[in-house]
Amino acid sequence: MTTLGILLVLVLLLVVFGLLFRLQIMTSIFSGSSSREIGVSNRVNAILFIIFMIVGGAAFAWSFIDNYDKMNPPIASVHGHATERMFWTTMIILGIVFTLTQILLFVYSYKYQHKEGRRAFFFPHNNKIEVIWTLIPAIVMAGLVFAGWKEWTRITGPAPKGSVVVEVMGKQFNWLVRYPGRDQKLGVVNYRLIDATNEFGFDLSDKNGIDDFVAPEIHVPKGHPVLLKIRSRDVLHAVYMPHFRVQMYAVPGMPTKFWFTPTKTTDEMRAQTGNPKFNYELACNQICGRGHFAMKLNIIVDEPDDYVAWYGQQKSFSEQNPDVLAGFKQKSDNLVDNETAASAAAVVPTAKASL
Amino acid sequence: MAANLPTQSQVQGGAGVTEPGIAHDEHAHHDEHHEQSFLQKYIFSTDHKVIAKQFLITGILWAIIGGTLSSLFRLQLGWPESTFEWLSPFLGKWIEAGKLNPEFYLALVTMHGTIMVFFVLTAGLSGTFSNFLIPLQIGARDMASGFMNMLSYWFFFLSSVVMFASLFIETGPAAAGWTIYPPLSALPQAIPGSGAGQTLWLVSMALFIVSQLLGGVNYITTVINLRTQGMSMSKLPLTIWAFFLTAILGLLSFPVLFSAALLLIFDRSFGTSFFLSDIYIAGQALPNTGGSPILFQHLFWFLGHPEVYIVIMPAMGMVSEILATNARKPIFGYRAMIGSLLGISLLSFIVWAHHMFVTGMNPFLGSVFMFLTLIIAVPSAVKTFNWLATLWRGNIRFTTAMLFSIGFVSLFIAGGLTGIVLGNAALDIQMHNTYFVVAHFHLVMGSSAFFGLWAGVYHWFPKMFGRMMDEKLGYVHFWLTFLGVYLVFLPMHYVGIAGFPRRYYAWTGFDTFSQFADLNKFISAAAIIAFFAQFVFIFNFFYSIFRGRRATENPWNSTTLEWTTPVVPGHGNWPGAIPAVHRWPYDYSKPGAAEDFIPQHVPYSQTQSSNLPYEKEME
Repeated sequence: MTTLGILLVLVLLLVVFGLLFRLQIMTSIFSGSSSREIGVSNRVNAILFIIFMIVGGAAFAWSFIDNYDKMNPPIASVHGHATERMFWTTMIILGIVFTLTQILLFVYSYKYQHKEGRRAFFFPHNNKIEVIWTLIPAIVMAGLVFAGWKEWTRITGPAPKGSVVVEVMGKQFNWLVRYPGRDQKLGVVNYRLIDATNEFGFDLSDKNGIDDFVAPEIHVPKGHPVLLKIRSRDVLHAVYMPHFRVQMYAVPGMPTKFWFTPTKTTDEMRAQTGNPKFNYELACNQICGRGHFAMKLNIIVDEPDDYVAWYGQQKSFSEQNPDVLAGFKQKSDNLVDNETAASAAAVVPTAKASL
Repeated sequence: MAANLPTQSQVQGGAGVTEPGIAHDEHAHHDEHHEQSFLQKYIFSTDHKVIAKQFLITGILWAIIGGTLSSLFRLQLGWPESTFEWLSPFLGKWIEAGKLNPEFYLALVTMHGTIMVFFVLTAGLSGTFSNFLIPLQIGARDMASGFMNMLSYWFFFLSSVVMFASLFIETGPAAAGWTIYPPLSALPQAIPGSGAGQTLWLVSMALFIVSQLLGGVNYITTVINLRTQGMSMSKLPLTIWAFFLTAILGLLSFPVLFSAALLLIFDRSFGTSFFLSDIYIAGQALPNTGGSPILFQHLFWFLGHPEVYIVIMPAMGMVSEILATNARKPIFGYRAMIGSLLGISLLSFIVWAHHMFVTGMNPFLGSVFMFLTLIIAVPSAVKTFNWLATLWRGNIRFTTAMLFSIGFVSLFIAGGLTGIVLGNAALDIQMHNTYFVVAHFHLVMGSSAFFGLWAGVYHWFPKMFGRMMDEKLGYVHFWLTFLGVYLVFLPMHYVGIAGFPRRYYAWTGFDTFSQFADLNKFISAAAIIAFFAQFVFIFNFFYSIFRGRRATENPWNSTTLEWTTPVVPGHGNWPGAIPAVHRWPYDYSKPGAAEDFIPQHVPYSQTQSSNLPYEKEME
């Protein structure tokens, strides 16, 4: 019924519109304005450009300022501060260019609107001006490229020795997390071994994997470089952690990585944002199917001590799934004892200097 | 027979001489054989002007479909908590208990992108205007091969039919994004749209590429061989330069997409592993190993990036032409404009991997592509400054086409600048695949190219249909659209800076993305209103074809050759001899000239009062 009503209103509106249109044509024919080549509307359009510039510019400025706080996710990584600075510096440069060129465009449109008897200035080219305005953008670009390149090389350079290693594996439609355990070495995984229990595809015949553990969320220590190793086991996904300014695809068959140093614990961030429920979130940012928009993982940044404590409490995958381990034991017996006791403190190597 | 006309014009153009005798013969025998069957004249026509209109009208139909799809998903994004029961008469089973199916949402996004990029802004824009303007502006009777040109349209039509059909199949159309990244696009287990829908998508694109290549070869050949006497490359209107380079880009890059599609078809149907490796899906480990999904991305973007210039360059060419005509001023820096087009064309082939900074590609490669990408900003900047300089001290007539051209420059600046952020690999880490990207490319290649398309339609409508479009409706259309585009895409940057990922059915699951619910509602409302404003254009277009004010031969007092043809040019374009060309296309407001424009075919001997010193020799 409502649909019918809406349709009826639309049809009536169209009829009214059509009639008005015919009426407008008739009047313009009778008033003779249809035969005039350049009429009042030329002036109206010129004025509209100026109005558009002023009102539009003001609205843009207002909405930008109004939304500014909401559009900057708080930063929680070392390189995040650097890229954020570069982002806004670039935006300021772009903003200046944007404002100047738009003003010129609209003001020229207004100022040089048609006037009877005036003739345009025949000005086909001017090499000097052209060289200048080719060189200026080239120089500005060179500066931006250089700054970007330096930062990019630093961010994508090798992770500092002794970084905390976490592995994330994307799957439709959630994330799996794995830690290397006490030996600091991730064991081999093989996608052919994946099943409902062994979601990661642990190959426990590799002794490095025996103490690996999985976790429902990512824990990382504040102030330590974290090396994120990234995999996918089905389609493309992307690890996107807006607060840390981190993004990297998860590619089946091609492990990727990204390292960063968190600077604020979850608790500190809760205090800073005044939101007691704040959590660092990891979102999937590469279309992956039905549940793409809900592929979330929480990241918890702990004080280093809390992190060590948490790490120490985790039970290895093999310990939790003795059946799986037994399956591999049958295949090979040369497994090293689970108790290669390294102290839990070794989990956070003394790499603080790298900060 | 009318059918042998192209051959004659070929001989003529090839010889580079206009022989009035032959042309007059043609004229005579033209009038005798005017009676063509409806089928020959309007359907299987080999006349470039009819083919252009076919491309245009098909493009408009596709634009309506593409726009409708975007309105549907903007509804979902603006009102994620609402139910859309009222849509179920149209969408059927894709509305589940009042909610839009998330997989269908992805299909909507995918098809919107595919339709707009390929069917509207490639075929609809470049197909229409390359066809219409190349022979008319270079002074040729038709394309080099009218038959191939006809095939180009009909392959496009076939491709359209296949793509359209895919919207209605059981498992839904392709849903892996318009970039169809495997493995998602290769595995029906991953998303139902990757079943029959994706197959049809690939078939349709293969046909589309054939159409593009047939068209492209023709455009290039025509521009090289069929220019009229005196029409040297340095006297070509910028439109032709733009179409010419666009065709070259298409010819070199579309085959690479074809190869990507072919390999994907192999992976999907014949068990190869070009793009697939180490996959466990739907409870099963697949046998494929050794393939690389990143390889597909390289192949895709090797087309995909030139593609955005394929979309924008024709618009740039037409806007240059329209700005000069309506500012009554020569385009500023004609040679720099050609140079920047050449620069953009060349660079467009070596920047593709800036779409892939965070895919796991070697970071060194990222550095190289960042460098190349930011260079391409320079020719774009030069073009912008030249357009501004063209307006400076002009005598501007605000025809609807002129409004859209000014709008084009505004949007091109707005969208182009943010490309400098995205081309910077360090900044792309945060911005990649967010709404910042969406806002960027919708401004710089989506809206701008659409503005170029509208500018072209309003400007050349009189030559296409012999009637004028209604100016007042044109103004309403322009202002609503211009406002609408900014209201949609400026705030979208805020959403993007906040990190909202694209292709999300809803952001409600994330705390991080909870703050812009109102803004998204606003964007959706603006987008839907702007979409409905397009019906003003559609009404104006079809109404004016039949009832518009009658046009004159040269309603805009323009200099280029198409305006020397009759009001409605017939088969062969000029009833008499093809005019020879003596001067560049931008002699507007030349000091000393009687009128404020001197058409290209007027020899210097007739304009002694306005000739510049170096032109005196050519008198």
